[in-house]
Amino acid sequence: MRHSALYTILFSAAVCVVCAVLVSSAAVSLKDSQLRNAALDKQRNVLFAAGLAEPGEALTTERTQALFERVRPVVIDLSTGEEVPAADPASFDQARAAKDPATSREAPDNKASVQRVPDRALVYEVQEGGEPVMAVLPIEGYGLWSTLYGFLAVARDGETVQGITYYQHGETPGLGGEVDNPKWKALWPGRRVYDDSGRPAIRVIKGTAGPPASDPFQVDGLTGATITSNGVTAMLEFWLGETGFRRYLERFREDQTP
Amino acid sequence: MTGSSSKTLLDPLFESNPIALQVLGICSALAVTSKMETALVMCLAVISVLAMSNLSISLLRHLIPSNVRIIVQLTIIASLVIMTDQILKAYVYEISKQLSVFVGLIITNCIIMGRAEAFAMQNGPLESLLDGVGNGLGYSVVLMATAFLRELLAQGTVFGAVVLPKVHDGGWYYPNGLLGVSAGAFFLIGLFIWALRCWKTDQVEQGG
Repeated sequence: MRHSALYTILFSAAVCVVCAVLVSSAAVSLKDSQLRNAALDKQRNVLFAAGLAEPGEALTTERTQALFERVRPVVIDLSTGEEVPAADPASFDQARAAKDPATSREAPDNKASVQRVPDRALVYEVQEGGEPVMAVLPIEGYGLWSTLYGFLAVARDGETVQGITYYQHGETPGLGGEVDNPKWKALWPGRRVYDDSGRPAIRVIKGTAGPPASDPFQVDGLTGATITSNGVTAMLEFWLGETGFRRYLERFREDQTP
Repeated sequence: MTGSSSKTLLDPLFESNPIALQVLGICSALAVTSKMETALVMCLAVISVLAMSNLSISLLRHLIPSNVRIIVQLTIIASLVIMTDQILKAYVYEISKQLSVFVGLIITNCIIMGRAEAFAMQNGPLESLLDGVGNGLGYSVVLMATAFLRELLAQGTVFGAVVLPKVHDGGWYYPNGLLGVSAGAFFLIGLFIWALRCWKTDQVEQGG
C-alpha cells in the first residue's frame, strides 16, 4: 500500500503521541506504589539483617512497619562517625550520594572493587527501651558476576555480628547465590569483626569454620563459590575499615551509657 | 470456537513452537529459568505483551504505511513492555527485582516482532489476539518445563518448596550446579527440541 510522505509523517507522529501518553500515564500513576515498594523492601532487609524477623518470613506491610518502629535511621559522617542531625534520613539516598562528586570521593584501592565512597552514609540503629542495641550497616562489593548489596548488623559492643543479609546480587543461583541461604546466614551471629589490634579480621574461609565461641573470625565458605566468598570477605574488610564504618562503630560503642 | 481459531491458538504449543521450531526468544529462556516463580511472571508478561501487540498492530494494519511499519511495530511493542515493567514494579516488586533487565528486554524478544510482522499485519484482530496468546503459551511451555527441571535439579525445590532436601541443608540430594547456571538451560532446551522432533518428525530440517 502506498501512502504519501505527509501521511507517513502524520501517522508516525500520532503513534508516538499515543504511546508517549500511555507510557507516561502508567509511570506517573504507578510511581507512588513503586516508591513505597522500594522503601518497604529496604526496611524488610534491615529487619532480616537485624534478626528481628525470621529468615523467609513473609512480612506484610503492617508487620514491617510495626517492627520498624524500633529502628531509627541515622545519617552519619563516615570520616568522623558522628551523626549529622541536619540531614533527613527519609530523603537521604546513599547510592546517589556515592555517585555525586560533590558528596563523595574516590575509594582507595580495595579488593571489593568499590569505586566511590560517599561522605555520609545511612545506618539503622535498632532500639530497645529507647536505647540503641544494634547498628545495621549497608555494605556492597563485587563478587563473581555482580555487585552484592546487603546489610551487616553489629551489636552495641561495636564488634559482634548480629546478622548479615544480601538484598540484591546477580551471583550464580545454587553457588554464589547461596549468600541468600538462611543456613549460611545463621553461621554469622556471634562472630567478631575486629581482632585485638582493631583491624577487620572476619573472613569467609575455604571449608568449614568452628562455632563462634572458638573460631570467632571465620565463617564457612560457600561451596563452589570461592570468588563470591572472597568478595564477601573483601567488602567486609573495606566497609569495616578506616574508610568505612570503623569510626562510627567506635563512637557507637563509646557512647554506651555506663 | 471455530476450527481455525483453535488451530491459531493451539498450534504454537507444539506444532510450531516459537522456541523449539523457530528457535526464537532463546536468551530470556536461558536467563530467567533458574526459578519457577520468576519464569512464571516472565511468561505472563510475555503473553500479555504479545497478545496486546498483536491486537493493536492488527487493528492498525491497514493504516500503517509499509515503509515505516517496522519502526511503528517497535514503538508499540516498546510502549507495552515499559508499561508491563511499571506494573510489575508496582505490584510484584520482589519478583520484578529478580527479573531485573529481562522484562525490558522483552522488546528485543524476536517472537514478538516476528508475530507482529508475520501474522498481525495480515490477519484480523481476533485471530491476531489468539495467535499472540498461543505463541505466548508456546514460549511458556518451554520456559516452565526448563524452569521446573532447573529449579528441581539445581536447588531441589519446586516453586520454592523443598522436594529434594539438599545435603548442604542436612538432606541427601547433591544439587547439580550446571543446571543452576544459564548454560545448563541450553542442554535442557536442546533436549526438549530433540524430543519434540522425534515425536513430530516433520519438524526435522532437511539437508546439510
